[in-house]
Amino acid sequence: MAATLPPPRLLPSGDSAVTVEFSRTIDDDANQRVLALDKALAANPIDGITETVPTYRSLLVHYDPGKIGFDALGDKLLPIAIQPPPPVTKARRWRVPVAYGGEHGIDLEDVAKALNTTPDDIVARHAGGDYKVAMIGFTPGWSYLSGLDKSLHMSRRQNPRLLTPAGTISIGGVQAGIQCLAAPSGWHLLGRTPVRTYQLHRNPTFLTEPGDRVTFFPIDHKTFEELDRAAEAGEIVAEQVDA
Amino acid sequence: MSRLVVASIGPASSVQDGGRLGAQRYGLTVSGAMDRLSLAAANTLLGNEPFAASVEIGPFGAAFTARDGAVRVAISGAPRNADIAGNPVAMDTSVTVKDGETLTLGFARGGAFTYLAIEGAIKGEPVFGSLAVNARAGLGSPYSRPLQAGDEFSVDAASGAGELRIELPKPMSGPIRVVLGPQDDEFDDANKALFLGSEWKISATSDRMGYRLEGPAIKHLHGHNIVSDGTVNGSIQVPGNGSPIALMMDRGTSGGYPKIATVITADVGRLAQTSAGTAFRFRAVSMAEAQDEARKFAQLIRNLPDRLRSADSVALNIEALSDANVAGYAVSAMDAGTWQVTAEP
Repeated sequence: MAATLPPPRLLPSGDSAVTVEFSRTIDDDANQRVLALDKALAANPIDGITETVPTYRSLLVHYDPGKIGFDALGDKLLPIAIQPPPPVTKARRWRVPVAYGGEHGIDLEDVAKALNTTPDDIVARHAGGDYKVAMIGFTPGWSYLSGLDKSLHMSRRQNPRLLTPAGTISIGGVQAGIQCLAAPSGWHLLGRTPVRTYQLHRNPTFLTEPGDRVTFFPIDHKTFEELDRAAEAGEIVAEQVDA
Repeated sequence: MSRLVVASIGPASSVQDGGRLGAQRYGLTVSGAMDRLSLAAANTLLGNEPFAASVEIGPFGAAFTARDGAVRVAISGAPRNADIAGNPVAMDTSVTVKDGETLTLGFARGGAFTYLAIEGAIKGEPVFGSLAVNARAGLGSPYSRPLQAGDEFSVDAASGAGELRIELPKPMSGPIRVVLGPQDDEFDDANKALFLGSEWKISATSDRMGYRLEGPAIKHLHGHNIVSDGTVNGSIQVPGNGSPIALMMDRGTSGGYPKIATVITADVGRLAQTSAGTAFRFRAVSMAEAQDEARKFAQLIRNLPDRLRSADSVALNIEALSDANVAGYAVSAMDAGTWQVTAEP
């Protein structure tokens, strides 16, 4: 019999959801366990669970307290959650174009100043990264990436902005992200991509899946405008390559 | 088919229903009615499904005109004056708006959101099973944005059914109840006590996404960066500036600020109906109590049809009042208890 792993923490998220937390920090192994538990629950549903939301380090399980209580659900989740996750299958990779700085990345210069370097250096470090889509959340298609260069880790803004543009490429804490729609954000805005990770009447509606790999490449602002028009018309302007 | 035309409407008014469930894993915002009980009450008055698509009317006034036939509607939620051509329409009742007539609603006298349900419900093209408007995501039908004057709904012609009223339980008052967590361990006891012991007000910059709370600054134990994880309706997150935000129906499906507590399901609508500037408090309850309240809340909504009464009963009582007082009984229209006397044959 395979050895079991340490049990996750079961954190109450109100009366109708529980956060199954595998780690407090970004941790690839924890993320694999999250995705594995998510798959296991999809394959063998527990009566009363209405929806699951995988994140970096935890699985949020929505349930109907009229069908199953907090303790009973926990008793059913734990034995599944301590099973070792199956090996990772081959992932696809997206090459995502980004117009850095200027009006598209209003925090680029401040980030460079805060880290005692130049905007070009920040761009090189950000675009040079090898990222994984750890989760999608917050707003449709918002892809949270693990793999941000350690030298770019910095605290989020004290006061979140009430609105940041669609396509924003940003960093916050130890995370990087591709934001699809205009939304509030407390992250540092480095640039914008014309890529829509979510587009309602396109097939597929959602471009990215947890587990996908991502790299960035800089484009000038004129190319951004061209690709943005193509993307608006439904074209997928990210390049897909084998990982 | 009849049409119901929006003659005038204020901001923060949109089509809402039970919300868009099942795709939170892709970041698809749930949306849906801020006050589900009031949505369900308005729909129940018309025989609609409890969470059928209705008009959620923000704090300001609105007016709706029937065209090409009569339209039967019902209103519930934040109380306001309502009339058709000067004839008052009561909250929590159905009413038939005749062709060419206009139902006019004043501003909310308390709370924020009133629901106008339409017999046969609002029709549109569901996206992920819902017509609910989420303006940020460009979702919702028949309009994927807040409503404006001139918008119109194609609706069923009024059935001619007798008008009804619904007797809702007396609205609860007192603190908004929360379950601590999921990240209450990111705060020390003093700051948890500060959160539970302080008076809060909802900031005017609040919206359907989140209610910003004005009060003391809540300090984190380990800073305000956590790794983003899932959110629910009523999650109370504390950003770096220490001012908590209660996440509402247009919330992001995940967030990266520590969540000190979560509003219980039965009280989310009550928080939604708390007007900006009104002082209130939170109170922590056990998981057992919260789940018991959630089950009772679901049962209340399921059993709403048992609370329907004929709207005529009000008019009959006024006649009875007149008769009784003419006959020399001292009967007060304000005291339901005295009706027991006159109801006897």
